[in-house]
Amino acid sequence: MSTMAPLSPAQAQTQLEEHLHEILQWHFSPETGCPFWLDWAKKNFDPRAEVKSVADLVKFPHFQDEWLRDLQPEVWVPAEFKGRPFNIFETGGTTGMPKQRIGWEDYKTDYSEFSEKISDEHFPRGSAWLMMGPTGPRRLRLAIEHLAHVRGSSCYFIDLDPRFVKKLIGNKQFEVAKQYMEHVVDQAAMILKHRKVSGLFTTPKLLEALAEKVDIYEAGIRGVFCGGTTMLPQYVRFIVEEVLEGRIGFYPTYGNTLMGLAASVPLTKEDNFSITYYAPQPRAILRVVDPSETTKTVEYDQWGRVELTTLTKEFFMPRFLERDEALRRRPRAPYAWDGVAEVRPFGAMEKKIVEGVY
Amino acid sequence: MNLPHLPALRRGKPYQSLDSTEVVNHRTGEPMARVSQVNAGIIRKDLAKIADARDALKRFTVEQLIEISARAGEHFLNGELPLGDQGHTQTPDDYVKTLSATSGLPHVMVRRNMAKIHFALTNIRTVLNGLTRGLPLDVIDRGYGEQSGAAVSYYPTANALGLIMPSNSPAVNSLWLPAIALKTPVIIKPGREEPWTPYRLIQAFIAAGAPAEAFGFYPTDHEGSAEVMKLCGRALIFGDAATVEQYRNNPKFSVHGPGFSKILIGDDEIERWPEFIDLMVASIAENGGRSCVNASAVIVPKYAAEIADALAQKLGPVAPTKPDDEGARLSGFANPKMAEFIDAAIEDGLQTPGAEDVTARYRGGPRKVEADGVYLRPTIVHCESIDHPLANKEYLCPYASVVEVPQSEMLGKIGPSLVVTAITKDRAFTEQLLNSALIERLNLGPIPTMKISWDQPHEGNMFEFLYKRRSIDRA
Repeated sequence: MSTMAPLSPAQAQTQLEEHLHEILQWHFSPETGCPFWLDWAKKNFDPRAEVKSVADLVKFPHFQDEWLRDLQPEVWVPAEFKGRPFNIFETGGTTGMPKQRIGWEDYKTDYSEFSEKISDEHFPRGSAWLMMGPTGPRRLRLAIEHLAHVRGSSCYFIDLDPRFVKKLIGNKQFEVAKQYMEHVVDQAAMILKHRKVSGLFTTPKLLEALAEKVDIYEAGIRGVFCGGTTMLPQYVRFIVEEVLEGRIGFYPTYGNTLMGLAASVPLTKEDNFSITYYAPQPRAILRVVDPSETTKTVEYDQWGRVELTTLTKEFFMPRFLERDEALRRRPRAPYAWDGVAEVRPFGAMEKKIVEGVY
Repeated sequence: MNLPHLPALRRGKPYQSLDSTEVVNHRTGEPMARVSQVNAGIIRKDLAKIADARDALKRFTVEQLIEISARAGEHFLNGELPLGDQGHTQTPDDYVKTLSATSGLPHVMVRRNMAKIHFALTNIRTVLNGLTRGLPLDVIDRGYGEQSGAAVSYYPTANALGLIMPSNSPAVNSLWLPAIALKTPVIIKPGREEPWTPYRLIQAFIAAGAPAEAFGFYPTDHEGSAEVMKLCGRALIFGDAATVEQYRNNPKFSVHGPGFSKILIGDDEIERWPEFIDLMVASIAENGGRSCVNASAVIVPKYAAEIADALAQKLGPVAPTKPDDEGARLSGFANPKMAEFIDAAIEDGLQTPGAEDVTARYRGGPRKVEADGVYLRPTIVHCESIDHPLANKEYLCPYASVVEVPQSEMLGKIGPSLVVTAITKDRAFTEQLLNSALIERLNLGPIPTMKISWDQPHEGNMFEFLYKRRSIDRA
């Protein structure tokens, strides 16, 4: 676990302001910036002059994710990185032409940092991992492998193609979707039967299905790192108490290709299984904003839409409105900035959204 | 005192979920209770170990369980029973008022439903005798024995009986009551607006000495309901005609949908039709017209217009009352959209020429009324042909069509009918009726469709559903 002293809110803010300044200088200076943002600055304004603080970020309009679909990836290459081959990562379950984010080292940074937040008891160094979930063109696949490697471990992979699942559900082929999930889970059960594995990354639904097939504690699993879909308090409680039976460490996370990884603080009794996630600040900022007036955040413990700003030298993405809503939560050690809790699809209260089996 | 909270019951043990819904007073919107909602995974986990629940019932003989059921009937009708896990209790009067407030049923109908359930529980021996055709009950205890000099052996078809309950009529709970005496645990997914009756019944059984493990109470979502149906081995489902069609031929499910119950009058008795008007009114309108055994069509060889008018004169003026009015005959709608849908469907049907809402002459106002709740007033439609879209419909209110069909064509036209009351003494017609595969329960003579016999199954046989006979020999 990390031995670094947590920052105070004031220190965290100073760190973020300095980081923002550095990132704006980088992306909007011709010697280091990428074609997209340099061109954008010509047509709009020069953020190096206009955006003096984090509060000024609202001067940016919302980032349009279509840009990641419609433009060639090369427009996002910062001048400094020109000539260095990049990874192309695609977002989760979208159908049609996917949105792509390019990158070099960001995922390693996020996951090396995350490694400090998980315990050796649950993820023993040197013991193997299994990832059962969306691999393919996703950042997550390399990220998990990197995380395992950082901890001196190797990782087995079982793929789940969320685009196929979305298609099946859209076509109301629920039986086929179920068969596909069973196919995925069977492969994981097979690995657990024949190989020594102690760490598992998967999605909540797949975890549940695997645990119905295999006693995962007896199979050697000691820690589960979960992400991917909504985990409301009752479901978290079910996973902790009845799937993992209190014997296996549980690390829920919120993340995606565009942000990276937001870790959660360990649950306490008072949390009543409500998970709060904290962005990997200063590399990303999560705000919970009023959907009808997105420059403003909602009050603490109120629902709002999740807005993401990514601030790395590889990728700058201001004020992207996620398709999620969440409760805004206060800073909590070791995090000195706001958190997002009980994340669920935006508008989930108004309409039932099928998230599928993954 | 705080709001009652109904927990899920996981093999009898209360489980308070972090997800809950509120059951509200349909007139005022005031919350009456919170109900814990569980996810499908919990149901899967519990049903994987359901054999233990069956073992708990197997420790009793059928005779003992019949006694327990009878005591449960008394507790249900008269007892003050636990209501949830926050220290609340429920008297019979509380039950009547609460169920009325959330379901729209007037008190008098709730009490009648209570009486039916009480009767079923206190007469389980008679019910089982009818279901098993007199099987000595120790055959179920031992698994084998003799009946009428022949060796018999029965084995259970399922470790539990799944129940996807509706919200519209508490008496449907009487269908599952024999399961306990038949040593089969029940896994109940209550209707969203009617958790009260199954919860009270479970508490009544436990108070009477039944093992709590035999009862599962799982308020859940669509996925959870599907797991109850899939994993229980046998399940009762209640639904509309489409649901019935979907599961009709699957032996794992006993599907209860619209009854399309009817009154037929033969050529020989038709001239006496005025004598049967009260019987028709009772068959159409008792229990607020909400039961599958309520008549939804009157089929006669002649005088359809006159009969429709006579029924309309009796039923047209029936209007909503206060819920505690002893003369209440209409039930409110907990879900006003359902009332809107039914009203629109009838109006839509009336657009097809050849049908008249005869009650409109005597109603003095619209069918759908909002009077401290939403109600649908009785509707009698005279159809010129049995092929008219409104001639063979069933709605959740006092509704019936009256249509002329020559006696010789009646059985070819009625379609599947849960109950048929055939008013005739004609031997040939009676024989045709007895031979018809379309009729589940046949009343020969002027018997209201609502009258059912507890010693004869009118809608599936619970014993044959839960047990199968095998051939046996012992050396």
